[in-house]
This record gives sequence, C-alpha cells and structure tokens, in this order.
Amino acid sequence: MIFSKSAKNRLKIFSLIAIAATIIFFFIYNNLQKNVVYFYAPQEIKNLTNTPSNKIRLGGLVKEGSLKKNNNNYVFIITDLKNEIFVEYNGLLPNLFVEGKSAVVEGVLKDKKYFIASVILAKHDENYMPPEVANSLKKNKLGK
Amino acid sequence: MFGIFKPRTFFNLANTSLFWLKIILVFALITGLILALLFSPIDYLQKDTVRIMYVHVPSSWISLFIFLIIGISSFISLIFKLRVFSVYAKSLAPIGLVFSLISVVTGSLWGYPTWGTFWSWDGRLTSMFVLVLTYFLYVSLWSFIKNYNSAEKITNIIGIVGLINIPIIKFSVAWWNTLHQPASITLTAAPTIHSSMLAPLLIMFFSFCILSLIIFLIRYKYEIINFRVNKK
Repeated sequence: MIFSKSAKNRLKIFSLIAIAATIIFFFIYNNLQKNVVYFYAPQEIKNLTNTPSNKIRLGGLVKEGSLKKNNNNYVFIITDLKNEIFVEYNGLLPNLFVEGKSAVVEGVLKDKKYFIASVILAKHDENYMPPEVANSLKKNKLGK
Repeated sequence: MFGIFKPRTFFNLANTSLFWLKIILVFALITGLILALLFSPIDYLQKDTVRIMYVHVPSSWISLFIFLIIGISSFISLIFKLRVFSVYAKSLAPIGLVFSLISVVTGSLWGYPTWGTFWSWDGRLTSMFVLVLTYFLYVSLWSFIKNYNSAEKITNIIGIVGLINIPIIKFSVAWWNTLHQPASITLTAAPTIHSSMLAPLLIMFFSFCILSLIIFLIRYKYEIINFRVNKK
C-alpha cells in the first residue's frame, strides 16, 4: 500500500515544511513587490516623495507624435495616458522603438517631469500578426 | 491501474513505442519547420525576427513542464518511496536543462533586435536564469554524489524546492513590471497570436514534446539497465 505508516509520517513532516516554506515565500514575495522594481510607471514617479538621484528605469507608452530628432539627440514623451514625462536621449534607437508602442528607458531623473536616458529598450506587446492584418486593423480603427 | 509505472511494463512500452514516436517526430518536425520558416507570415512590427518564437516558446514551455514533472516525481519518490519516480526525474533532467538553455539563448538572441539588449535582469529573465541554475544543480548532483541513495534523496529535495520557481516564472510577467511581454497564449483568454502563426507554433511544440519523450525513453531504458547491472 502506498499510504503506509511511514509514508504518512513523512507526509506530515513534509506538509509542515511546506506550510513554513509558503509563509516564508509569501513574506519574500511581499518584500519583492515593494523593493524590486524593474521599471517605474509615470504614475509611480509622480507618487514618489523625493526625486531619486540614482539610476532608475521608466516604462510606458511613447506618446504618438512626440518624438523629435536632432542628429543623434532624441526627445520624446513617455506616458501612461495620464501622466507625461519628457525623455532626452543621445544615441541609437532600437529597431522596434516606435511611437505609440511601449519602451523602457534607463537613466536618471532631472526632476519629476524630465528624464535623461542613457539606455533605451523597446518593449513589445503580446500581439503577433501578419502586416496585412495589422493594416486592416489600423484602417478599421481610423474608420471608427 | 498503476501497472504502467512498473519498471518492466514501462520498459516494454518504451521499446514498442520508440519506433512510432520517431516516425511521428520526423513528420511533425519537418511540417513544423517548413511552416515556421517558409510559410508563416512575417510580423507587422518585428518582421522576420518573429521566427525565433517558433523555437523559443516551445523550448520554454517544455523546460517548465519537465521541471513540473521532476518536482512531482521527486515528491512521490521521497514521500511514498516509489523509487522508480526518481529514475523518471533523473532521466528527464538533462532534457529540461538543454531546453531551458535553448530558451535563454534564443531569447537573448531575440532580445537584441527587438528590445535592444541581449540581457536585462527583469522578473522573467531572472527567474528563468534561476531555473537553468536549478537544472544544473540537479543534474550535477546526480553525477557528483557517488552513493545512489544519498544522491536520490538530495536531488529529490532539489526537485521539490525548485518547484516554487515554476509559478514565479509563469506569473512573473503578471506580478511585476517586466521587459518581457505578457503571455500571448493563456488558458483563460483567446490567444493574441494570429492563427497563421499559432499553427506552426503548436506543431513545433508538439514535435519538441515528441523529441523530449523519445530522449526520455532512451535515457530511462539506460538508467534502468544501469541500475540492474550495478545492483549485481
């Protein structure tokens, strides 16, 4: 029989350890939630009490029509559709960096409305489709 | 009902099914590769780069799925002393290790043209890196510890503890802000991949599953024979 007496004993000890591990895991998870932030959304930057001086990451949508180019110097707006932050960047943009799509920028905050980026990462969404489908979707959107 | 888990029955089942599995693999892999590399459309944003998905996504799924089986098998083996489950886990581990490495490497090759970086320590990439390390630890402990019984016990514990990482990897993109995009295919919602790309993806996943099964059965046979020989 698989549920022998010793197996039941082992199962008891195991459940105790599992419960303890779950509690520990829960605490770690809660702490991670507070401390480990891969990037901040514009809203979270607005809610910060003081402007952090160290390197941080900021993520959000690149506002449509906001990208301005001057040689290799770019200025654009990162938005979460409520708050906007100006981003200044000097360098090459990744291929997938497009207006209206998400991006993560790494750098320092000058103040809460102005960010000086040293690295730009393009973030793409979970939608995959052929160009024809994307075009007809765009047309339908414009038609509305 | 549990007769299939008897080593001898499973051994014979492996022997008879291997031939057919190999034939299925050849057909599935050829169909999958032709569809993925030639006939599937390009993505509207990523162009041809999207084809990395057809290797990256199935490898990631399989590496997670295999660790899930390793964890459950380790649990059964440790608690109920059905020790053949340790042999299942031991045979599966190198397959999972290789697929997790493929997932990380193809992911980083995909990341460069799309995100603009090979690597970034966000939630998904970090937890996947931990999975590779866990696999590495699991496989190396089996070969470093010479005594079979102690190796079995220690790797069982690694398998169970490593199980915690699986939901973290799965939900990392939902819990935290990550560079990695959220899941396209979930159990609850319609997939956000166009059907012309979803079909080759699923066929590739199927052929990778069959490939893993074949390697698993061969490794299992080897482990069982090895076990019998060393016993005498």
